[in-house]
Amino acid sequence: MTLNQQRKLKTILTGLFAWTVALVLFFPIFWMFITSFKTELQAISVPPSLFFEPTLDNFRIVQERSDYIHHAWNSVVTSFGSTIIALVIAIPAAYSMAFFPGKRTKDILLWMLSTKMLPAVGVLVPIYILCRDYGLLDSKTALVIIFTLMNLPIIVWMLFSYFKDLPKEILEAARMDGATPWDEVVKVVLPLSVGAISSTALLSIVLCWNEAFWSLNLTASDAAPLTAMIASYSSPEGLFWAKLSAASTLACAPIVIFGWFCQKQLVQGLTFGAVK
Amino acid sequence: MKRFTKNTLTYAVSITAAMTAASAFSATQITVATVNNGHMIEMQKLTPEFEKANPDIKVKWVTLEEGVLRQNVTQDIANKSGLYDVMTIGMYEAPIWGERGWLQAVDTSGSYDVKDILPSIRGGLSYKGTMYAAPFYGESSMVMYRKDLVKAAGMEIHDRDSWEHIRDVAAAVNNPEKGIYGICLRGKAGWGDNMAFMTAMANSFGARWFDENWKPQLETAEWKNAVNFYVDLLNKYGPPGASSNSFNENLALFNEGKCGMWIDATIAASFVTDPKQSKVADKVGFAQSPYAVTEKGANWLWSWALGIPAATKNADAAQKFVRWATSKEYIKLVGEKNGWAAVPTGTRASTYANPKFQKAAVFADAELKAINSADPNDSTLKPSPYVGVQFAAIPEFQAIGTTTGQMISGALSGSMTVDQALKSANTSADRQMRQAGYY
Repeated sequence: MTLNQQRKLKTILTGLFAWTVALVLFFPIFWMFITSFKTELQAISVPPSLFFEPTLDNFRIVQERSDYIHHAWNSVVTSFGSTIIALVIAIPAAYSMAFFPGKRTKDILLWMLSTKMLPAVGVLVPIYILCRDYGLLDSKTALVIIFTLMNLPIIVWMLFSYFKDLPKEILEAARMDGATPWDEVVKVVLPLSVGAISSTALLSIVLCWNEAFWSLNLTASDAAPLTAMIASYSSPEGLFWAKLSAASTLACAPIVIFGWFCQKQLVQGLTFGAVK
Repeated sequence: MKRFTKNTLTYAVSITAAMTAASAFSATQITVATVNNGHMIEMQKLTPEFEKANPDIKVKWVTLEEGVLRQNVTQDIANKSGLYDVMTIGMYEAPIWGERGWLQAVDTSGSYDVKDILPSIRGGLSYKGTMYAAPFYGESSMVMYRKDLVKAAGMEIHDRDSWEHIRDVAAAVNNPEKGIYGICLRGKAGWGDNMAFMTAMANSFGARWFDENWKPQLETAEWKNAVNFYVDLLNKYGPPGASSNSFNENLALFNEGKCGMWIDATIAASFVTDPKQSKVADKVGFAQSPYAVTEKGANWLWSWALGIPAATKNADAAQKFVRWATSKEYIKLVGEKNGWAAVPTGTRASTYANPKFQKAAVFADAELKAINSADPNDSTLKPSPYVGVQFAAIPEFQAIGTTTGQMISGALSGSMTVDQALKSANTSADRQMRQAGYY
């Protein structure tokens, strides 16, 4: 086998492996999607049917029963709202830690990350009581605050990793030209980090969009996002898989489409550490 | 002065008119938490009828998964958050929460006709004679079986057969090569899953959860006999992977024509006889649950009911809604709009006395008989200190029941023996009861 052939074979094998992994990862979503077009009886049939007469009944039922727009709007407000607030806090924090590291910077970063290791249920009762006392139960404000705090460590870490790889000489040059710290962040660091900030924001939005624990525990009707809508289709007594799949498809659709449009930034951002 | 008086009068009249108009249009909003069961969904659809009759009340619905609902309403009620004005609870919660003063008593005055509610259901939702939740629908357990398969196997099923006979029928019907299993039973761990069934079965073997001094009795011969019988029966004649099956999984198997028999909630009767959901709708027969040494507690009793938390700020509106949703008039409304086979059952004697319902629901007699024969106050052969057929209505039971359910599910899947499972469950229950200060 020539070197060329070996290279070709390697490319084909790598491609095959990548496709297999992609298909395995995508299969549950594909199955959810096709189940949403089945009747309840078809959805539970064993062996599962791949060829069937599709129906839109489940989507009609979901539309009739749930106020999809209301839930979707809540998801948009809480995901985007918390991401914007988190970025506003995280950018200066990451900037100061990356360019003016102190003795304890690494410890602080580790401590921030360690808060992610605490199981959410561990702080459920105190947070629930705080929300009750401040009249924040079933409010989007509560979710925005929680989501912001939840994602802040990851956002700071991601931005810190990117900022610390920026050449310090650029900032020094800006300082020589009389730039204030504000100018440094706004006019130098931010324009250089658009890709990293976009991908960090995207990741944060996706995490908030998919968050279910706090959404289910702190909301009832007014602030319930799409994850709460999906949960409402599970039934203790009755078949529900097809309707649940339709609700899930509708809930996933906006973020999948959004991710599709932003995939370039997402891939670029997620691999920025590897490239450098 | 005259002008001032005139202007003042005009302003006063205008403000009063505006305030009157505003109060006329500012409806009280109540939030109702419920589960995604068919009857509850129908109730949501029919809510505009209630709002039409009560223009000053608007109803908002929150539908949750059963486990999440339990957690949320418990959190809400224990913390007095007032997030929900009406909550869907079960027969387990109603007396416990009623005793703690977390629920308002249901207003049963006037035309509500509380005496029409089936006595066992009414008793199960009451504490010291006061009803703390109004039953929306009720259920017991019974045998649902494939008449065609049982007949073809040369067997018969009657009310209150012995468990041995049920095993013989399961053996005769079992045909795994054709994808038909003799019997489908709950195996998934959970106090409301496998333990609902297992407790009723154990009751009929003479078992009880606690003795008169609240000591767990899981290592007694009665429990061992019952669990051994159950494990053996399901392993020999049940579907593969039975330890992960609960109501919905067995419903799916039965509707697909894969179960010869299924012993579960009477509410399933309306699903398995519905041609839209079931491939065997016209082949289903019903019988009262089997027993071993006693009929006491052989079939369970449950009700999904509507309760009003003590912390609600809209108690009057919530009472009006609960009275409407659990009334005879509501059942009539569903019957007329959706057909009498679709009405919520298991709550009122008048439903079963209705010829239209009797005609539409082939399972009516069997269901009523099952519900009437269950007595939550006397469900064990030996005396027991607790109320409840398939559970003990004490706060500690959820944890004890679920742990025991996990052990028995483990024995079913073969990861431990029945003796080991019951020993571990008893040790765990003993520790919890001790910690809770029962002895």
